[in-house]
Amino acid sequence: MRDRITFVLNNRIEQVSGLAGDTTLLNWLRQTKRLTGSKEGCGEGDCGACTVVVARRQTDGGMRWHPVNACIQFIGMLEGASVTTIEGLQGGDDGVLHPCQTVMVDHHASQCGFCTPGFVMSLFAAWCNGDGLAPADIDTTLAGNLCRCTGYRPIVDAAAALEVRDLPPEFERQRRKTEADLMAAIAHDETVRLSDGHRSFTAPTSLDGFVQSFAHAPEATIVSGATDVGLWVTKQNRHLPDMIWTGRVKGFDTVARSGAHWRIGPAVTHEAAMATLADGRPDLAEVMRRFGSTQVRASGTVCGNIANGSPIGDLPPMLIALAAEIELAGPASNRRLPLESFFIDYGRQDRDADEFVSAVLLPVTPSPLFRAYKISKRFDQDISAVLGAFNLTIAGGRITSARLAFGGMAATPKRATAAETVLTGAAVDLSAFEAAAAALTADFTPITDMRASADYRLQVAANLLLKYGLDVTGAAVPRLTGAGLTGAGLTGDDLRGAATTGSP
Amino acid sequence: MAGRGITGDIRTAREHDSAHKHVSGTAVYVDDIRVPDDTLVVLIGQSPHAHARITNIDLSAVAAADGVVAVLTHADIPGRNDCSPVHGDDPILAEDVVSYVGQAVFAIVADSMLAARDALVLAQIDYDPLPAVLTIDEAMRARSWLGPSATMESGTPDDALASAPLRLSGRIEIGGQEHFYLEGQAALAIPGEDGDMVLHCSSQHPSEIQHKVASCLGVPNHAVTVETRRMGGAFGGKESQGNLPALLAALAARHCGRPAKTVYDRDDDFMLTGKRHDFRIDYDVGFDSEGRIHAVLFEQALRCGMSWDLSESIAARAMCHADNAYHIPHMRVVSHRCRTHTQSNTAFRGFGGPQGMVGIERVIDQVAHHLGLDPLIVRQRNFYPHKFSANGDKGRTPYGQLVEDCILQDIVPRLAADADYVARRAEIEAFNRSGGMVRRGIALTPVKFGISFNTTFLNQAGALVHVYSDGSVHLNHGGTEMGQGLNTKVAQIVAHEFQIDFGLVKITATNTGKVPNTSATAASSGTDMNGMAAQTAARTIKSRMRDFLAEQHQCMSESVTFADGQVRAGAATMSFAEAVMACYLGRVSLSATGFYATPKIHWDKARSRGRPFYYYAYGAAVTEVATDLLTGENRILRADILHDVGRSLNPAIDIGQIEGGFVQGAGWLTTEELVWDDKGRLRTHAPSTYKIPACADRPPVFNVALFEDGENIEATIHKSKAVGEPPLMLAISVLMALSHALESVSGAYPMLDTPATPERICLTARRLGGPGITLGDG
Repeated sequence: MRDRITFVLNNRIEQVSGLAGDTTLLNWLRQTKRLTGSKEGCGEGDCGACTVVVARRQTDGGMRWHPVNACIQFIGMLEGASVTTIEGLQGGDDGVLHPCQTVMVDHHASQCGFCTPGFVMSLFAAWCNGDGLAPADIDTTLAGNLCRCTGYRPIVDAAAALEVRDLPPEFERQRRKTEADLMAAIAHDETVRLSDGHRSFTAPTSLDGFVQSFAHAPEATIVSGATDVGLWVTKQNRHLPDMIWTGRVKGFDTVARSGAHWRIGPAVTHEAAMATLADGRPDLAEVMRRFGSTQVRASGTVCGNIANGSPIGDLPPMLIALAAEIELAGPASNRRLPLESFFIDYGRQDRDADEFVSAVLLPVTPSPLFRAYKISKRFDQDISAVLGAFNLTIAGGRITSARLAFGGMAATPKRATAAETVLTGAAVDLSAFEAAAAALTADFTPITDMRASADYRLQVAANLLLKYGLDVTGAAVPRLTGAGLTGAGLTGDDLRGAATTGSP
Repeated sequence: MAGRGITGDIRTAREHDSAHKHVSGTAVYVDDIRVPDDTLVVLIGQSPHAHARITNIDLSAVAAADGVVAVLTHADIPGRNDCSPVHGDDPILAEDVVSYVGQAVFAIVADSMLAARDALVLAQIDYDPLPAVLTIDEAMRARSWLGPSATMESGTPDDALASAPLRLSGRIEIGGQEHFYLEGQAALAIPGEDGDMVLHCSSQHPSEIQHKVASCLGVPNHAVTVETRRMGGAFGGKESQGNLPALLAALAARHCGRPAKTVYDRDDDFMLTGKRHDFRIDYDVGFDSEGRIHAVLFEQALRCGMSWDLSESIAARAMCHADNAYHIPHMRVVSHRCRTHTQSNTAFRGFGGPQGMVGIERVIDQVAHHLGLDPLIVRQRNFYPHKFSANGDKGRTPYGQLVEDCILQDIVPRLAADADYVARRAEIEAFNRSGGMVRRGIALTPVKFGISFNTTFLNQAGALVHVYSDGSVHLNHGGTEMGQGLNTKVAQIVAHEFQIDFGLVKITATNTGKVPNTSATAASSGTDMNGMAAQTAARTIKSRMRDFLAEQHQCMSESVTFADGQVRAGAATMSFAEAVMACYLGRVSLSATGFYATPKIHWDKARSRGRPFYYYAYGAAVTEVATDLLTGENRILRADILHDVGRSLNPAIDIGQIEGGFVQGAGWLTTEELVWDDKGRLRTHAPSTYKIPACADRPPVFNVALFEDGENIEATIHKSKAVGEPPLMLAISVLMALSHALESVSGAYPMLDTPATPERICLTARRLGGPGITLGDG
């Protein structure tokens, strides 16, 4: 075991030891390294002003550059990775701007400039990866970066201009080569631990090591992406005596076929899981696109989203509707249970203190009638007021089974059993959905909070079932999406009329 | 003969002076300033009660905690315990009573923020809760007002209303708005000799901070210097709300003899600072069958919070924009300034104007609906007369100012044609008649926004220009840079004056030691006033140079010309640098101040009459939206804007202000919802719960143009117009388009309040009898 964290920062090797395990990357960058280009705008991973780019080797050997919110990234999570901050972008001795910076200047894409380094880093990640800069993808690429000044148009134009740039300049090619070399030079398989004697962060590399660490410190907090645990530290000022990280454990980051299921390991990020989860499930793909942001999806994990037991997490109701199961690993044995059984009450899950969520199992069978509807004040990157996820099987014109799951309607993600009962066995007719929707009052007594009133939650939940019924019974239902309005017989050209202008 | 010109001249799209620094992370904000290792941090201990008497304070455990250097209460303030901008009613640290959840009660001064946070929970403070007034409705019922209600009146509104052929009345509730500048409030104080204090502040108003710090520390103003290089956004939120963090940093620095800084965490920023005022507007309108408005009575109630802050002027501006672009001969506006036990609401881009404007736009829209007319027709029928036809009382505002520069008759038809408004409206209404769950709406709304501070004496500005012997120029002025491009524009003005390249003009931080007694950079007036002051300073130096060079080269002063980086005097042509060196050797003063006071304006606060505004800025927007009646979800599909900036000093910066203002205004009216609970606790205090527009929320089709024939009729700097605030109100078209979409539900007028969140739209559609499941009582 090594008592230090080794990583690459702006193409120099850094070794960090003796720090509290819950030290965040942003605090370390700004206070210890005095690299103040990364800004704190919110301290909770919502605004993107602290975005840095973390390069990691993928399981297939390729390099992937992840935009990461440094404010909620624990420094131990960087073991073996390469971090590039805004200070690391410019090339050469004369400090020539990087193409990701030049386009921002050229398009007048900064006003106050405080969010700008974060935007540049999000562009940089997309540009390095070679995806996310097509016109249809830019909103998603930038959904995790808030700008209060520009209204975004010039930033989007800058991003679009970046797409057509030629090959990277020589200094960028050299930067990538050095980055890869340095990462290779620091790679190793030992468990690492960062501690100041009070608060520790342990990153085991094997399942055995993980289990031993957990047995050694059963009160430890298991951390995956830290997109929630990070906020316990930055927002609630909680001190976590010990953290154990899933992110370095071999095999934890894999999605694999296991019999009739896809088995999603505990360290699989939303980004990594998306291809599998979204395959043949377009609604799941769209909700996941709106889920968190590019930064959050790059760090947050599927298992973590479930394990933290939020009543409004978006994945649990969708996975419940898809009849997913959860696997818990403990000292004695592993056990599997239907996902909906995992959630007992607010803040309480069916997990013993010495167990951890070792996998989510998603049936591979297609679910052509699966639909999901996410209702939130803002379209992208917002926590749902209500999420409805519905799945039916139909035979001979009748509904043979119904799984209707909701987030935001109760203390846990929950199935609407009364509504399911109404639908099961009914003819596939809109009236059945209307009756099921009316039955939701028996299923739920939602609360009023800052996201929505109880009245609206119930009304919109019922209306979503009606919407689902319209869809299933064949009515053409136009839908609002992040891109606008689809399925209403309109095309972008109809709306566009005059050419888009903006630049003087 | 066209010369080579200069780079970065006026009227060019010169990039923001800090653009390179922004994109490379080298632009320095307050929390980025390199400070000595022993710099202290300040963390504010806040009130958990909306209204309570403090019965006991025990901070001994806080003081004894690791890393804590001092704990300050009001008793530690050597001078005045006040951080208010105007009325003297904002304690820095609470004394006997707390008046909102979040109010500063004590301040922890510590070696690190982590240590301060750990210590925060150790405070033992006992409160005796008192009854709290939280909402406008509660305040109106309790007659809880900060001062007497104000009335503005023109014509004979009661008689005109009584005799009008048609009448309507109604109410609209308009939500507030959090500034959400990306950089939170921040201030750094560095103690010096003689009790002096130097502060670096993220502030729109360094002079006010200077004066408040001096008053708090009990020293003359000359002992305090405040510097602001740039802000990471402000939008009005750093006009007065930067006082508290600066005062606490200065107090801590004085108390401990070490540098100290206050940097608000995002949640603290939400809890501590005021926001845009929420309004409740009742109206009664008389009109005729042509849609001509005969008379309107408005009753505006605005939630000011626990103290005045800038609410008096904000309320006045709301009254002064209750007419927007419409000449309404008989009008009365009554304004109630509600005192509540919540954050003290403050300046926010538009400064009450947007809320006043929403009121009249709702009235016009409802009148049009009642008459079955296109609201655009009703709007046009009521516009102030065009500038070339204005005469007599015909174009006088309810506060008595003659509207002499109206150009909406030029802007609106052009915009309507470019945006294909009429055909699209017809197509949308046909689409809606097919009765689907998704409805669309379109609206064109105009903006007429008065430029100048309502408070006349604030309309003054100063600048300081040095020309060094190598021909480089040091520029300083009283305005502050918050991203709006003020420094860029003023440097363009100075470069133009000297006819030198932009790069020769050094933009420097706003500093109370260089330009004294400045006004806040606010009211959109930054370039108008500071640009003019800087031009004056540059012209003073040029005049001295001319006189000297004329004598040296034996020609008339007036014949000495500055062009294209060169100076010509008689037969001699020299570079600007050579001319400067010659003047230096000739012992000519190459430093000058410039001063500007906006002419023509006056305002009688007691009577709500006068000419508060030097001129008006105009613009209009067409917005199309779609909304899902079953969920209330909504999207902007397209926006077209034609906006008047006079003769643009920098079209790129002006377009940036217009687009950014529109999107910010759209956020205010749709997704941005502030929620307080019944204990007065703000529940939306971070971006996880308070939703400003994200990238995908901008109009996917966004056609923005400057009105190319624009030219200020007044003698403003190079005939330009202010642009900071007016475009925000173009977003009222979003609200009216959503209302239009909802009109299709039953034909009834939707009476849609703001913010038009999915919830509000969905429940409004249900109230109108729209589609959806009818639920029993469970």
